[in-house]
Amino acid sequence: MPSDRRVTIMSMEKDSRKKFFFTGEQKDIPSIRKKREGGKIAATLEEAFRSAEVRDGMTISFHHHLRDGDLVVNMALDVLAKMGIRDLVLAPSALFPVHEDILRHVRSGVVRSIEGSVNGPVGRAASEGLFSSPVILRSHGGRARAMQSGELHVDIAVIGAPAADAMGNLSGISGPSACGSLGYAFTDAQYADRVIAVTDNLVSYPAVPFSIPQTLVDWVVPVERIGIPEKIVSGTLRVTRDPLRLIIARQVAKIVEESGLFLDGFSMQAGAGGISLAASAFIREKMKAAGIRGSFISGGITGQSVEMLEEGLFSVLLDVQSFDLEAVASLASNRNHAEMSASFYANTASKGCSVDMLDVAVLGATQVDLDFNVNVNTESDGILLHGIGGHMDTAAGAAMTVVVTPLFRGRMPMVVDRVLTVTTPGNTVDVVVTERGVAVNPQRKDILENLRGKGIPLVEIGDLKKMAEELTGIPATPPFGEKVIGIVEYRDGTIIDTIRQRV
Amino acid sequence: MNNERTGVSGSLESCDALVMVVFSPDCEGLEIEIDSPSIASFGEEMRKAVRETLESAGIFRGIVKIQDRGSLDCTLRARVETAARRALAGDVREKVNT
Amino acid sequence: MMERRLRRTSLYIPGTNPGMLANASVYGADSIILDLEDGVPVSEKDAARILVRNALRAIRYRGVEVTVRVNALCTPFGKDDFEEIIPLAPDAIRLPKCESAEDVRQADALMSELESRNGIQPGTVQIIAITESASGGTKLSEIAAASPRIAALNYGAEDYTADIGAVRTKEGHELDDIRAKVIVAARIAGVQALDSVFGDVNDMDGLYAEAFRVRQLGFDGKSVIHPRQISVVHSAFTPSEKEIGFAERVMKAFHEAASRGAGVIALDGRMIDAPVVARAQKIIALAEAAGCLLIEG
Repeated sequence: MPSDRRVTIMSMEKDSRKKFFFTGEQKDIPSIRKKREGGKIAATLEEAFRSAEVRDGMTISFHHHLRDGDLVVNMALDVLAKMGIRDLVLAPSALFPVHEDILRHVRSGVVRSIEGSVNGPVGRAASEGLFSSPVILRSHGGRARAMQSGELHVDIAVIGAPAADAMGNLSGISGPSACGSLGYAFTDAQYADRVIAVTDNLVSYPAVPFSIPQTLVDWVVPVERIGIPEKIVSGTLRVTRDPLRLIIARQVAKIVEESGLFLDGFSMQAGAGGISLAASAFIREKMKAAGIRGSFISGGITGQSVEMLEEGLFSVLLDVQSFDLEAVASLASNRNHAEMSASFYANTASKGCSVDMLDVAVLGATQVDLDFNVNVNTESDGILLHGIGGHMDTAAGAAMTVVVTPLFRGRMPMVVDRVLTVTTPGNTVDVVVTERGVAVNPQRKDILENLRGKGIPLVEIGDLKKMAEELTGIPATPPFGEKVIGIVEYRDGTIIDTIRQRV
Repeated sequence: MNNERTGVSGSLESCDALVMVVFSPDCEGLEIEIDSPSIASFGEEMRKAVRETLESAGIFRGIVKIQDRGSLDCTLRARVETAARRALAGDVREKVNT
Repeated sequence: MMERRLRRTSLYIPGTNPGMLANASVYGADSIILDLEDGVPVSEKDAARILVRNALRAIRYRGVEVTVRVNALCTPFGKDDFEEIIPLAPDAIRLPKCESAEDVRQADALMSELESRNGIQPGTVQIIAITESASGGTKLSEIAAASPRIAALNYGAEDYTADIGAVRTKEGHELDDIRAKVIVAARIAGVQALDSVFGDVNDMDGLYAEAFRVRQLGFDGKSVIHPRQISVVHSAFTPSEKEIGFAERVMKAFHEAASRGAGVIALDGRMIDAPVVARAQKIIALAEAAGCLLIEG
């Protein structure tokens, strides 16, 4: 479909914001050499923003590959505030506690709203009614789709780059702030009008291998630091020792084994959460025991995925986000460990996304209801604390979607009548696994058939709810106000739910 | 304030509650203060549980402070009952911390 | 009649921990022990007693035997424990420091009184006796016979070895004599014999070896202190295919003899006695339970 990007190839020469190295006029040899040396370097972030002609009301995107170690979002907003820019819309792929600073800029009018992902302290503030207009929550696939269609028009993408050359070839696998995959940032670079790379590791041209090519980048800004390494990637993620979570994880592995999908060519996605990581460990044992060779693991990649690749249990890793040092090292060195963009991962409007090729997805939840709808956005008290991530994308794509949760956390039951927020619709959720029983979506008679008589404690979803409430009591709905503070967009752009202010 | 007696029980571990009961005949009634992650959904039940437990222990006047960490009803009642019994036993303890 | 309930594992849950009390039944142990005794510091005896009482009242522990280790009646806490716990009729209490028939009779009398006062059929709550001294070790037969409530004999490895002046070792030979005594007394009385805990929660091989050995000695189960130990003990208590095959043939011969009204059971031309049939029954029960375990695990 035609993009409404303002800069097209035809109009490039008219665009005064760009530096062009050869525009078809006569070559000026000394000048070209000089330009080549300087490349696209802007001395400061402010200079880059000025060149990009930043204005009030623009939409600025960020990626979250530097996670809680990210210094770029706060740095950029401080510069924009100092430049007197107001009314910005932020389009982050996710936020972390380190980004609490955003709240200051919301209060002072620098930032107006957020589209994309809202997490942690910023989500809490949104729930309290901080933003004048509702935040828009999109999944990783939904965000890419909205950029592609122009629903989310990004004026300027600011991309923290662990390694960059002067022409804007960007990579995440080396440098002090190495984060591995730059999958989410790729989509930003592809669709934003202007792209500013910020790096603390300027390398000589050409930076190969690159994740984001120079063809998509306008300016490169060298700074002292873009991240705090120990908060970007963790050391080896350990499999949980919590016995309750291990019960759930073992059950997941058993379900996968009996699902009918556990064959050569098997593919799966299981994140870095405690239960998912343990479930992968048990699935790994079962694959070894049964001599099964899988095709790929996708999504967030961990050291455990890397080991499974190296053991030959899987042929390929499709990495949109690298969680630990092992994953970063593997991405840098193993050709079968491939980086993928958000669009490649999960965008329904692309010409094919990899979630559709998944056999099994193991996903978390903050609540599940009797219709198998899953909430991952709001906590039981109604406060918006989490982004969607790839939840609704992988649930829709995978042949079997397994949602794992303890039956209750503290006094809050996790299986309820009706989730406070529908993030992922129940018709894309197939199995709910708790420590006290497993419920299969009645739509999925095929799965039910395969799991029956295998010693899996199958119950109705209603039984899970009853068991939970027997312990916790029946929760009252938290008090919500009238004001809508958040809109949950499904991956195709339709509105699946809204989130109201907590009062 | 010689008539005041204090009892403390529980902990700040998850699924537990730290409860302080001050049994004070000078109070008008029961003053109940609860800080809890479950308050939005179970605030009413929690107050009811505290009141019932104290009244059946014979405490109708006093102050109760609860720092809840997601305790189930049976746990909260146990912690309140223990604190109440300790208060009635005149057993003034140091605040038990985790 | 031999006690039939399966007690391969009995999981200790400290009576001070509300989170663990809420989830006590989900780990797959055959029996749970809500502990008011050594797992609870003296300053928290009152709190644990009330917490465990409320848990028994409010929480439905599905598919597991529920027992409470009370404090001995000779301690300042024992009587209060009985008074709070017996009215809720757990499946059994675990009676520590059980060193004579008199200790059992005293508990039995108090339990009967509390049961009738609370509308419970006297004798409902069973006793699992825990013997912890040299003197108690010599009276196991009288302890086992002191009350029809006795369902199993158990011993406390730490206190017992301290009392006899033995050194605790990984191999555990210092427990050989008490284990033999417990087994023999339990068999005479027709009750179960339960082994003590294995303390190193990180040594799964050591745990398996010890559990395997005590099953060979005749024990019916073993106490565990961490959920992680459960599946290891269960697998040690899983009979071999050869054992199961033989037990099935014994039972087949037994049923054939019974249907013919024959008094003598013969298998492969050899006579089969009652203890062999009893052992075969036990092996079948263990195998069935292990089937569940395999499926769960």
